[in-house]
Parts: sequence; structure tokens; C-alpha cells
Amino acid sequence: MSLISTILGRLVKAVITLLAIAVLNFFLIHAAPGDPAAVLAGEAGAADPLFIEQLRARFGLDQPFHIQLWTYVKNVMMLDLGYSFRQGAPVIELIADRLPATLLLTLSAFVISLSLGIALGVAAAARVGRVSDSLLTTLALLFYATPLYWAALMAVLVFSVQLGWLPGFGYETVGSGYSGLARAWDILQHLILPAMTLGLFFMAVYMRMTRASMLEVSQMDFVKTARAKGLSGPVIRRRHILRNALLPVVTLAGLQAGQLIGGAVLTETVFAWPGIGRLMFESLGARDYNTILGVFLVSAAMVILFNILTDIVYRIVDPRIGAKT
Amino acid sequence: MTFWKRFSSNRGAVIGLILLIAVILIALLAPVIYPGGPWKMVQRPFLVPFTTDGFPLGTDTLGRDVTAGLVHGARVSLLVGLVSTLMALLIGVPLGALAGFYGGYVDEGAMRFTEFFQTIPNFALAIVLVAILQPTLGSITLAIAIVSWPPVARLVRAEVMSLKRREFVEAAHLAGLSNMRILVSEVLPNAVSPIIVMASLMVATAILLESSLSFLGLGDPNIMSWGYMIGAARTVIRSAWWLSFFPGVAILITVLALNLIGEGLNDAFNPHLRKGRT
Repeated sequence: MSLISTILGRLVKAVITLLAIAVLNFFLIHAAPGDPAAVLAGEAGAADPLFIEQLRARFGLDQPFHIQLWTYVKNVMMLDLGYSFRQGAPVIELIADRLPATLLLTLSAFVISLSLGIALGVAAAARVGRVSDSLLTTLALLFYATPLYWAALMAVLVFSVQLGWLPGFGYETVGSGYSGLARAWDILQHLILPAMTLGLFFMAVYMRMTRASMLEVSQMDFVKTARAKGLSGPVIRRRHILRNALLPVVTLAGLQAGQLIGGAVLTETVFAWPGIGRLMFESLGARDYNTILGVFLVSAAMVILFNILTDIVYRIVDPRIGAKT
Repeated sequence: MTFWKRFSSNRGAVIGLILLIAVILIALLAPVIYPGGPWKMVQRPFLVPFTTDGFPLGTDTLGRDVTAGLVHGARVSLLVGLVSTLMALLIGVPLGALAGFYGGYVDEGAMRFTEFFQTIPNFALAIVLVAILQPTLGSITLAIAIVSWPPVARLVRAEVMSLKRREFVEAAHLAGLSNMRILVSEVLPNAVSPIIVMASLMVATAILLESSLSFLGLGDPNIMSWGYMIGAARTVIRSAWWLSFFPGVAILITVLALNLIGEGLNDAFNPHLRKGRT
């Protein structure tokens, strides 16, 4: 299959998936206890029956069910995710405002978790059976069982409150008036703790996988051949084992990266990071269902987009992947 | 070697089992150890740990005993973890089994459905479900089950697909057994061990998910849970570290124990794989 037709196929699938999520959202609004109009209005409309009546007419909630569904899905496809009465703005604007911060956070967390995970996994595999290997393996086991938000809180406690090394709150120093490089440096300092704690769990996952994969590949025949022809240990490890061991790790990483967006809700809540996760948390308390469902849809869209991107990158890097399917 | 011997040759798994039994005992005995329940205000607020007799882990912002909260919180973690995993198995096992056994359109449809749920960021879906259905023990358990079943379906499908070509299944066909009967009494029993391994890891993930939901304020408001304790203490982390610290340790220990047990079970079920691992 050529690259273009693959991409087209993936895009069609992506649109179908998003349509299905829009339908799911529609049913969820109707599953919420109470009148859908009141649900859409959130807290704002709770008191005023006339206002609810207006909403009902405006959103077509007096129409038959299938027409309501059609209207809703059509609106979503035209990027109309409804209005947040709580925040006094269209949901899509709220999300667009917050999205860059979330992308910065999740992409940093992804890069950190993948690079550190692979590096530590390689290190552990090279020292298999020794003390440093069991130390790294135990560490991975611990990170794997640590609640994300708790790791974030403890990081704030240690690195921000006790040691005072890094800021534990917000996206940049408020009212600092930094610009250019100084601002980038300031944001970077704010980014370290959230990105590290968000990436911690996946770092453990990738480390365990890399270690297992390295050990598995090192048993294979071509490695024995390389050893037999007298290549040095490090060269074999780098050029023969690592290159082959990385493929399953990177494939899995691409598929799982989307889950980072879910975790971002927790990290952004702890660090008051102004992204869509924090927006979702704020909307939970306010019962602002339009915004909650909007963030849900957009985060699913991000996951799908990311999966398509990684798929394309793999097909370019490793032609075997396209040939197999 | 017997199953238990293989399991217990993994030191981590034995440690995990001991830890889990301890947590289960604490959860079962909670009403005996702290009959007053976790909500009662028993001392002045912000009591520092290890300073007052009878309150080893201090008190929270409202003067409630942190130890009592931990002991009672174990109940909801284990309960939600266990029940949501059973529910996820009830969705995933039949779906995967039918898809793998019948193939064709059934397989295609079931796998598209599974793929859809795997694409959606699962924690975000759990948040949405609990927020819309209102946080109760039931809705939380249901939401966790709904986001956890897809890997089960995939695993069972793969197992069934490889098992259905085996000779004993063909023999059952020749003996005239119905498809349903073959699937339920011949194929599935042979797929039980990987399902058990996966289930033990799923309980761990479910406990993490439950605590994360409670942390965000989506816990059942009538039930004390570890995630809720951390969430409620989040804003006072600078002055009262112990309020978030100890519940987190409790979650960590429980989840770690289950992961260790899962690995031990995996080793015990697949003795031939053990050698290749180190």
C-alpha cells in the first residue's frame, strides 16, 4: 500500500471515530440526570425556567430525537462545541486558548519518558543480573505503581517547597514581564516538574520493555554471528542489538502516547498548568458539561492525530511495516 | 514442580502476596479497628504524625484521624479494583472469544468496536462517564470497567484464535459438539491462565484509576478513599505534607503488591519462559 492511500485511509477512519465520539457525547448528555437543556446550561440555567425554554428551542431539544442527534453531530463537525455558560465563552475558544500549554506539556513528557526509558533500559540490559540492574528494575517497578498525581505532589514538596530549586506552580512567573529568551527559560523551569512527573509512569513502561527487548534480541543468531566475527561488545550492542530492540518499544510508545493526555488532567491540576486538563478539572466542579465533553472530544482528536503522525513516521523510517499489512 | 513452588520461587511475588494479604486483612478488619468510622472529628486539626498517642499518622484539616481514613480507604480501593475488573472480564472475555472463534464479520465488527474504545484516551473517558452519571460507587466501578475491557478482548481473541486450530478442538467438532459448547468447555478453559495474569494487573490499574478519580473530586461523597484524602489535602501540601504522603504510600504498596503477584503468576503459568528472561 502506498503512503498516500494509507494516510487517506487513516484520515477516513479518524473522521468516523470522531463522529462516533460525537454520537457518544450526545447520548451522554441525555444520560445525565435531569433535563438535557438544564445539563447544557450548566449551573447558569438552573434557576430560570424561561431561560431553559429558550435553550430548548435554540438547541432544538423540542425536536424529535434523531433530529437532535443530527443537529448535535453537525454542530460538532463544524467545530461548534457549544457554549460554556460558566466561563461565558464558546467551548472551542476556551479549548483553543489552553491547547498549546497541554501540547507543550504532553510532548515534553513523551520525549522525556521515551528517551530516559530507553537509556535506562539499555543500561539495565547491559548490566543484567548485577546490582545496578536490579536497582534500576526495582525503581521501574516503583514508578510503575506510583499514582501520577501523588508523584507530582511529592515532587512539589521536595523540589519546590523544601529545596526551592524549581517553581511548583503555574506556567510562567506572573507579572515578571519576561520576553524572548528570558521568557522561554522561565517557562522551561516551570515545565520540568510537570513534564517529569507526567512522564514517570511511561518511563517505567518503556524501560522495562527496552530491557526485555534488548535481552531477547541479544539471544538471536545474527548477534552470535557478530560476536563470532570478533566485533566488540559496545559495537554489537549499539549497532546490532539496540537498533532491532527499539522497534517494538517505539511502536508501543506511539500507540500509548495518547494516554498522556488523560494523565495531563491530573498533572495540570496539581501544578495549576493552564492547559485543557486543568480546564476539564475546573469544569467538573462547576458541572459545566459542555466544556467537559468538548475537552474529551478534543483530547481524543489529539490522540488520533498523534497516532496517524507516528504511523506515517514509521512507514518512512521502516518500509517493512507498510509491506506487512 | 508444583504451581505454588514455581510461584514462590519468585521472591517479589511472595513479598507482593504478603503485602496484599495484609491490605486485605486491614480492609476486612476496618470496622473492628476503627468502629467510629473515618469521618469523625476526634482531635484538633493538623496534628503532626508521631507526636500524639493514639494518632500515629496525625489528623487532617478537620481533625479526623488519618490512620482511620487509611484503614477504611483500603475497603473501597480493593472493592472497586476487584468488581470493576470482574465487570471488564464480563465484557472482554465473551467479545474476544466470539471474535476469535467465529472470525469473519463477527471478528471485524468486534475488533472495530474494541479499537474505538482503545483510541479514546481512557482516563478522560472515565472522567466524563463519572461526571455525567454522578459519582457513586456504582458509576465509578462501571466507568473503570468500560475503559479497561479492550485489552482483555484482544488477549482472549488471540488465545482463542490459536487454540481453535488445535487437534483437541477438531476432535470435539468430530464428536459432534455444538460450537457454543466447544468454545465454552474446550477452548476457553485453556485460555484461563493468561486471563488470570492480566486480571491481576488490571486490578492494580483499576485501583490507580479509582484513586485518580477520587483525587479529582469524582469519588463517592459518602465513602472515604485514599484518592479523596490526597485530593482534599492537595491545597495544604505546604503545611501538612503527611495528609497527602501516607495515603499515597498506601496506594503505592497495594498497586505494587498486585503487580508483583501478576508477574509471579505469569512466571508460574509459563515455566518455559522463565529461563529466557535473565
